Amino acid sequence: MNYFEFLDLPRNLDLDAKDLEKRFYALSRQLHPDLHSRKSPAEREQAEESTAVLNDAYRTLRDPIARAEYLLKLEGFDIGEQTTKDVPPELLEEVFELNMAIEEADEDQLESARARFEGMRMELDGELQQAFGKWDATHNREALTAVRGLLNRRKYITNLITKAHVPDRI
Amino acid sequence: MFQIEFDNDKIVGIDLGTTNSLVAWMNLTRPEVLPIVPSIVSLTPTAEIVVGEKARQELIDHPDRTIYSVKRLMGRGIADVQEELKLFPFQIANDSESIIRVLLGEKTFTPPEISAFILRQLKQDAEAALGQPVKKAVITVPAYFNDAQRQATRDAGRIAGLEVLRLVNEPTAAALAYGLDKRQEGIIAVYDMGGGTFDISILKLHDGIFEVLATNGDTHLGGDDIDNRLLRIALEDLQSEWGEDVALIGEAVQTLRQEVIRAKESLSFLPVAHIDFAWHRKRYHREITRELFENLIKDIVDRTLGPCRNCMKDANVTPEQIDEVVLVGGSTRIPLVRSAVEVLFRAKPHTELNPDEVVALGAAVQAGILAGTVENQLLLDVTPLSLGIEISGGVVSRIIHRNSTIPASASETFTTGVDGQTNVLIHVVQGERELAKDCRSLLRFDLKDIAPMPAGMPRIEVRFLIDANGILNVTASDARTGKEQSIDVQPSYGLTLEQTEAMIDAAIEHGEEDLQAAQVALARVDADAILLAIDKAKRNDAWVELTDADREQIDNAIRQLQTVYHADDHHAIRDAIDVLNDATHKLAENMMNTAVSGALKGTKL
Repeated sequence: MNYFEFLDLPRNLDLDAKDLEKRFYALSRQLHPDLHSRKSPAEREQAEESTAVLNDAYRTLRDPIARAEYLLKLEGFDIGEQTTKDVPPELLEEVFELNMAIEEADEDQLESARARFEGMRMELDGELQQAFGKWDATHNREALTAVRGLLNRRKYITNLITKAHVPDRI
Repeated sequence: MFQIEFDNDKIVGIDLGTTNSLVAWMNLTRPEVLPIVPSIVSLTPTAEIVVGEKARQELIDHPDRTIYSVKRLMGRGIADVQEELKLFPFQIANDSESIIRVLLGEKTFTPPEISAFILRQLKQDAEAALGQPVKKAVITVPAYFNDAQRQATRDAGRIAGLEVLRLVNEPTAAALAYGLDKRQEGIIAVYDMGGGTFDISILKLHDGIFEVLATNGDTHLGGDDIDNRLLRIALEDLQSEWGEDVALIGEAVQTLRQEVIRAKESLSFLPVAHIDFAWHRKRYHREITRELFENLIKDIVDRTLGPCRNCMKDANVTPEQIDEVVLVGGSTRIPLVRSAVEVLFRAKPHTELNPDEVVALGAAVQAGILAGTVENQLLLDVTPLSLGIEISGGVVSRIIHRNSTIPASASETFTTGVDGQTNVLIHVVQGERELAKDCRSLLRFDLKDIAPMPAGMPRIEVRFLIDANGILNVTASDARTGKEQSIDVQPSYGLTLEQTEAMIDAAIEHGEEDLQAAQVALARVDADAILLAIDKAKRNDAWVELTDADREQIDNAIRQLQTVYHADDHHAIRDAIDVLNDATHKLAENMMNTAVSGALKGTKL
């Protein structure tokens, strides 16, 4: 049983957080090992196992990015490899500049690079939201291809943000 | 008919603390707690184990045979405790490697065995108070305890003859005790500074569900550190005033330690305290103002703030979103700690419950949840540390992230690197650092008896499950055939399964006398019940209907039971109960008949 089935949800990318939480709490009240502690060892083990799946499912589906990656995997997309083919050339230029800034340890330049990348990620999240909507409306594989491309780009940008992080001065 | 039955499933809640331990249980709808037992264990010169207050005196008379704060050693290796050894008078046996062995006089014990002595004392206290055997328990642990420390705690319970139904995190237990579920929704921060550990947990409350969002802490930060700070200053004073170093005289240090603890405690409600210490006709006196005290300990209190901020970040909440703050642990009585918490969370903390008792009370509530007597409440806790496996280059690949709700699981597929390879060795670590050597080594396991195949062909799926106790379980199967894969687990620290079993066996042997005492107590409970029942029966018509001989036989049996009642012989008590039971057969029968005829009289024909 996959996580969507476990929580009795359609394979959609846009999920209502409140509704998801409600399902999680309701299932916890049924499955949690604390509520089965007077049963047989086999039943207790079953409670432990099924609650682990519930928790794993909730943790995965509640985060939009983890949710999208999970769905891609379910639909047979290979998301393990990070490719640069989804990364636009202007971004590669930015990376070159960022590496320079890191080398020179120019804090101001790093700070502004980071702000730029964060802006890019926010813009990208808007695009992702649209792509999610397209999949939910059609359940068409092409929509997922677009989602995968955006996720790859997002991962790339997130790495850049981490790289451009000015170390905390303690 | 006068036989009584026990509720054999009584589950107690135990707070096994660094400084003090407590046992509690649910009494109908309210938790009830027994008085504090100091977590001190001593082996007397007559080879008797004493625990609690009795052991506190031994700490001064026989410091080399007495141990306190053993919780600091639980689940740790010798390399981990070098810092502790400078500050604590632990005497470690030379053969300690992956398991520490502590010397008490001429004998050695592992930390779980010493904790088991404390647990056994609590178990006996509960049995005496409840008048029934206690075999099941919920035991609390610091939220930030790692896998090895949790396992060591569970081992201690088993050695003490307790089935440990659940390990509960101390701050979470405290939240349960406060019954904050009366508030339907909200975010709660629990700040728990005990004797040796510091925990911070942030919980979300929703209609009886206590969902832990994040937890953080330091398993080596607590009141002990404050005591050590004061002690060091006093020892330095002594050095300069007396020109004498008493730091190596166990008896002197322990007396002085108790003196500084007294001063520390009184500074929580007085502006000035005094340290008075006499030794070999010399006297040392020092006045400490609260201001000086606060300057001395400020850095210790500040060390709790970093984990608090990280915890809020992980929980994704701001101080403004926190509705309630709960204080737990004796160290939270210190005004400086309270004000630091108030400033950080911008909320006045709850202090209504005794901070020493609140964890045990919560453990009792959790015991009630497991027993099914407490309804509608449910704890959803998290694992405090990320779980990872070592991959090439000594780098950690994280498979379960910290603050994941438990039980949590992850599956990984492993294969071979060389043709015909039949086993794969896997190293599991816990922690947040990038390199395995900087994390806590949990265990190594060997996937054995892999069918020889070309490299990369075998597919062994390993499932990692962190259970509701926060303890890791590993199983493996062949991904192609689904067949279970044999696996040989070597814990990095702590006891192997065989060692624990051996200790349980040994404990059962040594426990003979304990058992004896418990059986006497239980026999007396039965005796009380039957004597009370007969007392009532004597006011019944059935008593009058007996012959004089019957009545005399019963009275004789009662006297016989009363005679043996105070002897320490449960067989004699049981025998006397049996005799009395036999003697009352006729009485019981008559009572049944009276009840029936009474019922008939009330029936209209």
